[in-house]
Amino acid sequence: MGIDIKFPIGLMFSIFGILLTFYGLFTYNDTAFYSRSLGINVNLWSGLGMTVFGFFMLFLAFRTYKSKKS
Amino acid sequence: MNDTFTLSWIDYSIMIVYFVFVLGIGWALKRYMKTANAFLEAGRAMPAWVAGLAFISTNLGALEVMGMTGSGAKYGMLTTHFYWVGAIPAMVFLALFMMPFYYGSKARSVPEYLKLRFDEKTRGLNAILFAVMTILASGISMYALAILMERVLGWNFHLSLVLSAAIVLGYTYLGGLSSAIYNEVLQFFIIVIGLLPIVFLSLQDLGGWSGMKEQLAPIVSAKGFAPDTWTTTWKYTGSATANPMGVEWYGIFFGLGFVLSFGYWCTNFLIVQRAMSAKSPTAARNTPLIGAIPKMFIPFLIVVPGIAALVLLNKPGSGFILPEISPGHYNYDYTIIALLKQYLPAGVLGLGITALLASFMSGMAGNVSAFNTVWTYDIYQSYIRPTTGNKESDEKHYLTVGRLATIFGVVVSIAAAYLASLFGNIMDFLQTIFSMINAPLFAVIILGMFWKRTTGHAAFTGLLSGFLVALLHHGVTSPLGATTLVKGGWICHLYTYPVEMAQNFWTAIFAWCTATIVTIVISLVTKQLKSDDDLKGLVYSLTPKFKEENVPWYSRSTTLAIIVLTIATILTILFW
Repeated sequence: MGIDIKFPIGLMFSIFGILLTFYGLFTYNDTAFYSRSLGINVNLWSGLGMTVFGFFMLFLAFRTYKSKKS
Repeated sequence: MNDTFTLSWIDYSIMIVYFVFVLGIGWALKRYMKTANAFLEAGRAMPAWVAGLAFISTNLGALEVMGMTGSGAKYGMLTTHFYWVGAIPAMVFLALFMMPFYYGSKARSVPEYLKLRFDEKTRGLNAILFAVMTILASGISMYALAILMERVLGWNFHLSLVLSAAIVLGYTYLGGLSSAIYNEVLQFFIIVIGLLPIVFLSLQDLGGWSGMKEQLAPIVSAKGFAPDTWTTTWKYTGSATANPMGVEWYGIFFGLGFVLSFGYWCTNFLIVQRAMSAKSPTAARNTPLIGAIPKMFIPFLIVVPGIAALVLLNKPGSGFILPEISPGHYNYDYTIIALLKQYLPAGVLGLGITALLASFMSGMAGNVSAFNTVWTYDIYQSYIRPTTGNKESDEKHYLTVGRLATIFGVVVSIAAAYLASLFGNIMDFLQTIFSMINAPLFAVIILGMFWKRTTGHAAFTGLLSGFLVALLHHGVTSPLGATTLVKGGWICHLYTYPVEMAQNFWTAIFAWCTATIVTIVISLVTKQLKSDDDLKGLVYSLTPKFKEENVPWYSRSTTLAIIVLTIATILTILFW
């Protein structure tokens, strides 16, 4: 039905990922802030993970788009 | 737990981005919604993986996420019985044996299948019950959401109720079932990714699975169970008193694994509708199987953190608290929220809260989109305004009706949410009624599909008698320590079950057995009004066998089914 859901999924998680990665970098030296997450910078790590996931989904979406076009 | 979360700008940004995408998907689909078929059945065009993830996401509503995390703390790994034995076999059965009839019969809903297979009165009974229950369920899920937002985020109860209803209405009104399905896929990924940090951090905190097991032993022993009860599944089901669920293995196997789970997964239109939206018969068959793969691993996402919560709760200095209902009795529904609070800093916290919001919306949108289909096709079209024969104007008319039903459904849901806020017990009540309706329905559908002699009168009486017996059983038994009549025993007191769950299992078992026996007996004494030709495509023996010859072996349903069952068996053995 018209839209390929991989595209919005990829786009949304790329935005989430980039937002959280930057937020993680921004708060990188704030050890007190990450004391509840056992000293792990969860924002940076999940941000990176989500960026990879988002880009992968976008890649799949573009591949489907191209194969449909040709 | 009175102190609320304070969310920062980053948390709100994530939430807002999510809402934009949810509504954006509805908006993008708006221009395709030209017929009732597109709006109410998603034009039967969904790829199997989309329908499969939506299938599982509808079931992954917030009540499930909150409830199952709580069960993780209350019962430990025994909760996985709701997944491995209590969902997978039913999903495989639905896929291989029932989908060909649901999909192939061209019925647009489960009630419509009943009409084609049996008669009008059986359809009417089911359609009306389903419509009422679905709207109530949707309202209760909204109520739970608003309460959560009030307690956790300090938002106004009425505002969050109206706001969440408006968003769900927005995207289901714009894009109908397609919009609900696409959003369910999005929600699936958010729920998984948003909750993943808690799984990782809680296990890391307790020294991994083995560390958690060690710290659990004294806590579980103090409750009077064997030290490894919380980390095993079948080991202590030899007697009802050896495990916290209070059910023996045969109760689990037959009650949960057969009657309750088959009743839910194979006959609930809310679930089946996702598979019916698939683009081909093979895709429809594969839908539940694709959904089964993530379903098997969901316990690791929501049950395991619940077990960790039990350890944290008993660990001095962990700072982990749950609200108490009465001294020493915790409200386990808040386990997932308390875990989010325990471990997540701003940023991922916003994602976790968004995941919970997403699960509420997916549950609610699922209910609304199933309601408007049943209302439009099974009630409005059959009893109020039948088709006129002019296909084009009919499609337009029913599209408008479907849209209005969506608005009506959301508005009545809001009313039901206020009803739930007045009567705290309504949720227990609804769950009880649901188990009373589903078990007989499963008995009747299964007989109808596999025994061509089953008659319409028999199906109707079977449904009613099964429901009445369930009601009667509930009226004469009650779980230990029940304080309200909603829990049972409102006629007299014949038997007391150790826990509520055991009572639910046995209610369903009695209902199913009665419905089966009554339907068989009445079928034998009444005349079959449908000819073999009428029943073609509806009954197993009269339908040509489903062929998959032109499908490569690796994407055949049977191959997928074998993979699913093998993984489920391995998981069961690993956590025996």
